[in-house]
Amino acid sequence: MRRIINRRPDRLGTLLLGALPFLILAALYVTGSALRLAENPNDKLLPALSSIGDAIVRFAAQPHKRTGEVVLWLDTLASLRRLALGLGLATLAGLVVGVLNGLIPYVRAGFAPFVAALSMVPPMAVLPILFIVFGLEELSKVMLIAIGVAPYLMRDLALRVEELPAEQLVKAQTLGASTWQIVLRVVLPQVLPRLIDGVRLSLGPAWLFLIAAEAIAASEGLGYRIFLVRRYLSMDVILPYVAWITLLAAAADLGLRALSRRAFPWTRAGRA
Amino acid sequence: MALLSVRDLWKEYAGQPVLERINLDVEPGEFCTIVGASGCGKSTFLRLLLSQERQTRGRILLDGDPLPDDPGPDRGVVFQRYSVFPHLTVRENVALGLEFRAAPLLGRLFGSARRRALEEADRSLECVGLHHAAAKYPAELSGGMQQRLAIAQALALKPKVLLLDEPFGALDPATRGQMHELVTRLWREDRMTVFMVTHDMKEAFALGTRLLVFDKVRHDPQEPAAYGATITYDLPLNDTSSIPVHFLERQKVPQCLTA
Repeated sequence: MRRIINRRPDRLGTLLLGALPFLILAALYVTGSALRLAENPNDKLLPALSSIGDAIVRFAAQPHKRTGEVVLWLDTLASLRRLALGLGLATLAGLVVGVLNGLIPYVRAGFAPFVAALSMVPPMAVLPILFIVFGLEELSKVMLIAIGVAPYLMRDLALRVEELPAEQLVKAQTLGASTWQIVLRVVLPQVLPRLIDGVRLSLGPAWLFLIAAEAIAASEGLGYRIFLVRRYLSMDVILPYVAWITLLAAAADLGLRALSRRAFPWTRAGRA
Repeated sequence: MALLSVRDLWKEYAGQPVLERINLDVEPGEFCTIVGASGCGKSTFLRLLLSQERQTRGRILLDGDPLPDDPGPDRGVVFQRYSVFPHLTVRENVALGLEFRAAPLLGRLFGSARRRALEEADRSLECVGLHHAAAKYPAELSGGMQQRLAIAQALALKPKVLLLDEPFGALDPATRGQMHELVTRLWREDRMTVFMVTHDMKEAFALGTRLLVFDKVRHDPQEPAAYGATITYDLPLNDTSSIPVHFLERQKVPQCLTA
């Protein structure tokens, strides 16, 4: 018998093992739900899969009775828009500030301590300020995501730029490069893959800030809907919404990873 | 006139001299190999020649003018590691310098101009025997091939001076021998001026036309860092009779840090 650290599952085994926790969770849910419903048919805590299915049809396939809009798509569109704008702003700020902080010693001396302090401000603590300054509309939600994620991206990227070997920067200069050309041809191409990784890792916090902002002040959005139907204990709506958010986040993560691999083939060169 | 003149050069770090009283005149086409124990300032000297660092005192003149404040295309360099850009293919690595020169704003050429730069890069790669790997990324190359690439890249802009900082220190002996042949051939063809720092005395004797030994001449037993190193031997290598016997016998560098 080989030691367990030396044994590896084959492809099918990997797939099955990966699926196992999901299947166990589903089985536990179905059993628990059946047990509770057998005791009390009006139980709302663990609704049967059929009532969850009904809710999905109601929210995702039928127009709302009063507004005439399909609620799930309305919410999804609103949330994704805020998320994309917020993350886009944060990415842009992270790129500009990160590269400058990492590459130019004078900028770093003047700006890095400030960014470090900024990143310690809990974004949720400034949410009231954002509501006061930017109003209760879209801008404050976008800004919360941007402010919440940008400092991390700035610092992460600055560290990546600083990690570039000094030899590379000297070498580029001996090839006649100006500072600007070094930024364009040496620094940016090498840190963009790290930026994409940083954005991937920021997806979790970004969703957190989005849903928090929507929970407090919004008239549509995935987070808004969850907190709205919470008043009626509508687990049949909350559960599929949570699953849908998870799915969207996972899709964004996979999409960014695929983009990174496709756009930067050199990051995997030389690895078996 | 000397291509490179060094006059009374000092370099201190935090008040402690690393190099002191360096004087040197190097004619065009000389191949200077620099040896010395670790910590004797060989690489510091190279960094000064690169303008990567500034001297504390003294002057370095290139073609009669003070050295520019920044590293530039007049002085090419090959480091032991990290000399090539991992995100560019072999061919793009060599063409990069041509692109920097031709496209100040974007640092990138397009269309036929780019094609011409890549063709020129291919010719350089042929000189160092790397044309078969032109489309690969550096991470896919062996250590020796990466250094070949670094040399081709450094020579693409035809620098006045080529600076080599222990370029073959990380290579196995066989590959190192091939690299010696390559460097000797390229140097003969172009007659460029070369400074090469090395730990390997055999290498220093085999490649150079002139050997510079860095060592400390003054020692303070109470404070070993009180004095810096200087050039203790400056030997022409065309004529082996001028080489002190103990060099050839020991094939070893004087130990400046054991004092």
